[in-house]
Amino acid sequence: MTTVGTGTYAPKPGAAPLPRMIAAQAVLETKMLLRNGEQLLLTVVIPTLLLVLFSTVDIVDTGAGEAVDFLAPGILALAVMSTAFTGQAIATGFERRYGVLKRLASSPLPRWGLMAAKTVSVLVTEILQVILLTVIAFALGWSPQGNPFAVLLLLILGTAAFSGLGLLMAGTLKAEATLAAANLVFLLLLVGGGVIVPLDKFPSGAEDVLGLLPISALSDGLRDVLQHGAGMPWGDLGILAVWAVVGLAAAGRFFRWE
Amino acid sequence: MRSEPVVQVQALVKRYGTKTAVDGLDLVATAGVTAVLGPNGAGKTTTVETCEGYRRPDSGTVRVLGLDPVTESAALRPRIGVMLQSGGVYSGARADEMLRHVAALHAHPLDVDALIERLGLGSCGRTSYRRLSGGQQQRLALAMAVVGRPELVFLDEPTAGLDPQARRATWDLVHDLRRDGVSVILTTHHMDEAEQLADDVAIIDGGRVIAQGSPEQLCRGGAENTLRFTGRPGLDVGSLLKALPADCTAAELTPGSYRIVGKVDPQLLATVTSWCAQHGVMPERISVERHTLEDVFLELTGKELRS
Repeated sequence: MTTVGTGTYAPKPGAAPLPRMIAAQAVLETKMLLRNGEQLLLTVVIPTLLLVLFSTVDIVDTGAGEAVDFLAPGILALAVMSTAFTGQAIATGFERRYGVLKRLASSPLPRWGLMAAKTVSVLVTEILQVILLTVIAFALGWSPQGNPFAVLLLLILGTAAFSGLGLLMAGTLKAEATLAAANLVFLLLLVGGGVIVPLDKFPSGAEDVLGLLPISALSDGLRDVLQHGAGMPWGDLGILAVWAVVGLAAAGRFFRWE
Repeated sequence: MRSEPVVQVQALVKRYGTKTAVDGLDLVATAGVTAVLGPNGAGKTTTVETCEGYRRPDSGTVRVLGLDPVTESAALRPRIGVMLQSGGVYSGARADEMLRHVAALHAHPLDVDALIERLGLGSCGRTSYRRLSGGQQQRLALAMAVVGRPELVFLDEPTAGLDPQARRATWDLVHDLRRDGVSVILTTHHMDEAEQLADDVAIIDGGRVIAQGSPEQLCRGGAENTLRFTGRPGLDVGSLLKALPADCTAAELTPGSYRIVGKVDPQLLATVTSWCAQHGVMPERISVERHTLEDVFLELTGKELRS
């Protein structure tokens, strides 16, 4: 053991500057996410595989035009859901279970600072996903159109909506239940949310209901803009905004830190 | 050392549903090391976690470094260090990574490398937290509690499950913290730990403090100490008793086995041996049982096992 001089531990308390704390937290959160194999499967491997597979093999009738033009917007929506909802719910659920949230709650980092860092980490991951998927989609012959600002707005509102729902799940259910439910919801919304299967393949009653899901609003909105060159998809933005408000409010109200 | 209390708890009540975990608890801790001792379920962790700001009191007041841990949490958090009973680390994080992170949340942290070396965490290397041994996880949690150079450190069962070397390393660190003016509140089941480390011990049971004082005061204040010896059966205990100070009792427990209960000091020992000499008795197997904190603890909290 090393000898330690008198005064080594003399108190000198103080919080680091807030931006530094949030940046440090965001870096750590992002590292944890990128280091986790299951998370990468969810956020990178599955969207990439689906994009390549369904663009090159004629499995689902995606309507007129290139399959990739239909698929790329849906896969971007899926990428947002995989990170903001599924990945965040599972990671946060286990952080809660293993006392990480509890320990950080007594650190100088305020709770809202932790949430801000999580948001930064989700956005950084999404940027990496969008870059990767865009490059792949272009390689597959994608020709997007439309207003980039509308796309950005859709992605941000989609992220807010899915984050609220993911945090609501992580903050109220047991970690194992969150793990199971988040994966199940991912799978169901992948199939029934207009990601790779056009919603008009479903019976019209079901189509109307499925159209109200956040994943449907996001994939449909992205498709309207990127595939059909629409302006602001107000209807889809409205649906996402409602989910975001409800989800974040419920998460704020019911989230338990331990 | 400062004399104002670092922790002041008054009439604290905390219930979980119908169960009352803390039931009108009063506790004042001054600078130095305070051990909170008690059986499982006594309310130790609830009390400490209320001081850390995790729990809102149902009634009563709690002040830590003069601040309300719930409403003045932002001002308090940088000044305290917290070691939870378990967990608190990302399962995929490495020990040094997590410690550096907690250091980065503070303005004037300790030298992380020196702390890693001191607590033997260097050997953890690139291993993720979930694959560390229980002892390594405990030491990391301890390091995280002190790295921000706090004024007050809360350690919830810091040596539970540690091997003797790691336990000693933890004790040494607590000694150094105390020496450098850091106050420590620690909970423990281990009486020897409280005796070794604490300036002040609070024994909690049933959600209340049932005794508080220095280890010496508590040991003195409890039941009397005991002197035992064996000799010939049938000695005149009445005569022995007359030779002893008035507040002593003496008895032959089994034939030839004698017990004296009272204030056991060198004078008493001399009195007993000289009485034996006068009566031609060779006292064998003389033993003196100093009252330990454990005796006090068991006396106060009962000996039956609790869940």
